[in-house]
Amino acid sequence: MSFNQFEFFDLGYLDYLSYKDTFIHRIDPRAKLIVSLIFIITVISFPKYEISSLFIYFFFPIFLIAMADLPAKVIIKRIFIVSPFALMIGIFNPIIDRKVIITIYGLGITSGWISYFSIIIKFILTVSTGFILIATTSFPGICLALEKLKVPKVFVLQLMFIYRYIFVLGEEVVRTMRARELRSFGKKGYELSIAGNILGTLLLRTIDRSERIYQSMCSRGFTGNINLSKKINFTLTDLLYTLILSAMFIVLRFFSGSYAVGRMLLGKGS
Amino acid sequence: MSHHIIEAQDLYFVYPDGTKAINGISFKIIHGESVGIVGSNGAGKSTLIMQMNGFFLPTSGSLKIGATPVNEKTKVDIRRHVGLVFQNPDDQLFMPTVFDDIAFGPLNLGFSKEEVEKCVDESLKMVGCLELKDRPSHHLSLGQKRAVSIACILSMGPDILVMDEPSSFLDHRSRRDLINLLKKFTHTKIIVSHDLDLILEVCERCIILKDGKIQADGKAKDILSEENILKQNNLELPLTLQKNNILK
Ligand SMILES: Nc1ncnc2c1ncn2[C@@H]1O[C@H](COP(=O)(O)OP(=O)(O)O)[C@@H](O)[C@H]1O
Ligand SMILES: [Mg+2]
Repeated sequence: MSFNQFEFFDLGYLDYLSYKDTFIHRIDPRAKLIVSLIFIITVISFPKYEISSLFIYFFFPIFLIAMADLPAKVIIKRIFIVSPFALMIGIFNPIIDRKVIITIYGLGITSGWISYFSIIIKFILTVSTGFILIATTSFPGICLALEKLKVPKVFVLQLMFIYRYIFVLGEEVVRTMRARELRSFGKKGYELSIAGNILGTLLLRTIDRSERIYQSMCSRGFTGNINLSKKINFTLTDLLYTLILSAMFIVLRFFSGSYAVGRMLLGKGS
Repeated sequence: MSHHIIEAQDLYFVYPDGTKAINGISFKIIHGESVGIVGSNGAGKSTLIMQMNGFFLPTSGSLKIGATPVNEKTKVDIRRHVGLVFQNPDDQLFMPTVFDDIAFGPLNLGFSKEEVEKCVDESLKMVGCLELKDRPSHHLSLGQKRAVSIACILSMGPDILVMDEPSSFLDHRSRRDLINLLKKFTHTKIIVSHDLDLILEVCERCIILKDGKIQADGKAKDILSEENILKQNNLELPLTLQKNNILK
């Protein structure tokens, strides 16, 4: 009954990685969460035609992958899996926005293409950071951090239950589909009515299951409140990690990072 | 007040849709006894178990845990004393990690953080799974899930352990581990199972249910070797006893 055929974005594998023991893994989940959020916000806040300044931000995912001893291939593969989403989002930019702004070897590059690339780079940066966060903190760790950061419990619990049961639900979907396939004798059978039936079955099973889970919670003294009890300590290292990295992201944002670095490298000072 | 005793008197239960699942059951299970409940599918075993925990209240008749009758008012309190292990561990383990799952009960009982930590460690040690403490529940093998489910219940310090089909989904090795584990417990145990060999090994007493009625109640060794009684209830001799017959 084990469920290996597909895990959603292979969240499970990322979770396995989070049980490593490196400097990054040992950082308090709150610190990692905050740093990742600040990183994502800064990256997103860049203007839509910005490309060159964004490149320097790759240092952060690369730094984490190296420090946390993560297999870069795995992260890159995950990014590819979800990339159609980003490719679709910006797909109309080059068509709508046709003002030529740079000409390279006679080839006019329109601002539409520039903003499209900008979106893709931002996407890669933010998504890889998200994956790395899970791979270094674990999902439960992130939930714990959210709870300690005073995010309303309802949201945290929702996340927790989704994470816990998405695998179980996936398994149920696979089983139902297989049962249907075994009895459809080669016919396609993905008609709407059948899909409807399958969804109906899944819904009923889910309701049944939630009933049983609720009973299980009650039988362990549940009265409407869930305590997450883990103790975590926010150490000086965690504080420094948060402050240094956040400061770096923000400074780079406002002093157009790559420009400054470029000037420094060329020995012109800044 | 001792909660180790379960007493049913002329118990009836009818589902809202009119299905008569329990039709007049009386028994008394005393302190430290381990009782196997067997019967074919639909005999009413799961329904009976759900009543012991107050999820279904008797339609008529009474069910007492210790001296307390199970009813709307007492059911929350009763759940602390009757630890119910569900048939499907995925229903039982709903928290992200093993630690959280086991800590869930004790935290609800208002234990302090230190007590909870200690309690979790002790329960895991009891089922021999201390190394699983920080693992996510959904990545465990089914045998491990079963063991952790039992630890979840043990952590609440129940007086009575009730289990629905504990050996379902398990391979031989995990089943053997489970049997050894169950033998160690001194709690009052009620085990529902199709696995008559497990009942034979773990329980002294056995109750056969059919159509919501008790067909036989007595020493497990006696009842489970009576081929006639078992046949009437659509059951088969336990495998260990079958082999002895062939040898004879
Ligand atoms: N939720 C329910 N609603 C109505 N009838 C039910 C429900 N659950 C079980 N039953 C019926 O109650 C009877 C006993 O079921 P159950 O206690 O699950 O049997 P067992 O666990 O021994 O296989 C069966 O006839 C079954 O169809
Ligand atoms: Mg049953």
